[in-house]
Amino acid sequence: MENLAKNFSHIKGWGIDADPKNDPTYPMKQHRTDEEQKGYNWERPAQQPVDIEVLHSNERPNVSAVFGTSAPPRGLSGMLRRYAFTYSESSWGHWLPLIMADRVNAVEGILEDLKRGHIPNIFAEKGWKAEWKHNPKSLTQKVLVGTLITGAAILLLRGRNKSRRD
Amino acid sequence: MLAMNYRGPQRVRIDHKPYPEIKHPQDAIVRVTRSCICGSDLHLYNGNVPDTRVGSTFGHEFIGVVEEIGPDVQKLKVGDTVLVPFNIACGKCAFCQQGLFGNCHESNPEATAVGGIFGYSHTAGGYDGGQAEYVRVPYADVSPTVIPPGMDPDDAVLLTDVVPTGYQAAEMGGIQPGDTVVVFGAGPVGIMAAKCSWLFGAGRVIVIDHVEYRLEFVKNYANCEVYNFKEMDDPVLFLKKATDWMGADVCIDAVGAEAAGNVIQTITGRKGLLQAGSATALHWAINSVKKGGIVSIVGVYGPTGNMVPVGNIVNKGLSIRANQTSVKRLLPRLIEHVQNGVLDPKAMITHRVPLEDVADAYRIFADKLDNCIKPVLIPPSARS
Repeated sequence: MENLAKNFSHIKGWGIDADPKNDPTYPMKQHRTDEEQKGYNWERPAQQPVDIEVLHSNERPNVSAVFGTSAPPRGLSGMLRRYAFTYSESSWGHWLPLIMADRVNAVEGILEDLKRGHIPNIFAEKGWKAEWKHNPKSLTQKVLVGTLITGAAILLLRGRNKSRRD
Repeated sequence: MLAMNYRGPQRVRIDHKPYPEIKHPQDAIVRVTRSCICGSDLHLYNGNVPDTRVGSTFGHEFIGVVEEIGPDVQKLKVGDTVLVPFNIACGKCAFCQQGLFGNCHESNPEATAVGGIFGYSHTAGGYDGGQAEYVRVPYADVSPTVIPPGMDPDDAVLLTDVVPTGYQAAEMGGIQPGDTVVVFGAGPVGIMAAKCSWLFGAGRVIVIDHVEYRLEFVKNYANCEVYNFKEMDDPVLFLKKATDWMGADVCIDAVGAEAAGNVIQTITGRKGLLQAGSATALHWAINSVKKGGIVSIVGVYGPTGNMVPVGNIVNKGLSIRANQTSVKRLLPRLIEHVQNGVLDPKAMITHRVPLEDVADAYRIFADKLDNCIKPVLIPPSARS
């Protein structure tokens, strides 16, 4: 170790946290006692009042002592989320509805904005001002591709409607 | 108050939201003076983490001033300047008692695999984060730490996640003196993992990424070898050759779900969300480490399944070490390292952005524009 230290003397702090006995290191359990085998029985902190709808994993018996309150489930996305929580975390039945709910929720967010008279500035929300400043080529490409896809979709739909009328 | 507001994949804005309330006797309200955007926020930003709800505020790296405390808070007082570790930990449950503060069982009702994290989806507890003017901080006596006098706030804010995560990545690698360590990813955590590998006695540190300015940065910051995987036919083969055909002793995955470099992984993981993110960096780590070696994972993946070469893990006899960082456990040592000049976290900060411009800051960081390494958001009240 001393020889190596000489080789790496240009690196500030080289080897100062090295402990050859500490292999393979944290988080190895330090000790195992009967006390630890008693399961879910620690002295729980006070329970935060559950005054909003909190979905909790079915792999635990309760709501944790504290929890966040940022966005309780609501609307169609909320229904999907409630369904998801009937499955355990080890099941695709849990995660796939949640991913779908997130997509539905993004649309709900736009409708919510419109309902309260706010037209979302998608250009600003996507940070395109910064992209235009630092990488105008990429933004131009994105806009062109988006326009082409939208245009093609409109033409396709018009064609279908026309053939139905005919 | 002003707060970042998530509106859907790659759409965020600044909005007025209600001032946070004390909801629990051990809560505090902190006025934010610095918050960062973390590489793992990009997984949320891109819509890769399930149960990321519209209306949420992100931000798990922040410091600030205590404005209000709940009746049971004893160690903090109003006016204290604190750094707040990203994980919310009760300090009492079986896992906190083991020092696994990143795995607390009393801070996240929504999932058992992960503890509560500020601003990190409902899968991590549904907490609003620190990319705002004010934030509610539960269990204020457990993890929040008063910033030592004289410490630069830019150093302090990076002690909430980036520095401990890079350090724990190296620690979990079980690095022995003289070991060869390969770090995948030259983002802020990869940079810090490379730097900290030397503290555990590494003999050689190699960093792999595909963005030239990041490689240049880490080469100078962490005195390491750097290679661009876009210039290689096969990064695993390259690393085998570079290590006398044996493989590295330790490989660190500091990338996680947004990894580039493999078409199938990109389509199924990043674009199609058919797995919990692209596991390209993890594949390379598993395949580049030597037999009997250690792979340390701090890159963030979602909770669903991943295509990972588990057969190679078995056949090579690898140890896989992974976790969310237990910031509280590591803070005393890391504060010492910063104070002694062994670590210089603030050198990674390249962008200081007003909180109001959060959408542009996300775009710059996500697209790696303007040579961005680490952006810090500064609320109006903290600007002089």
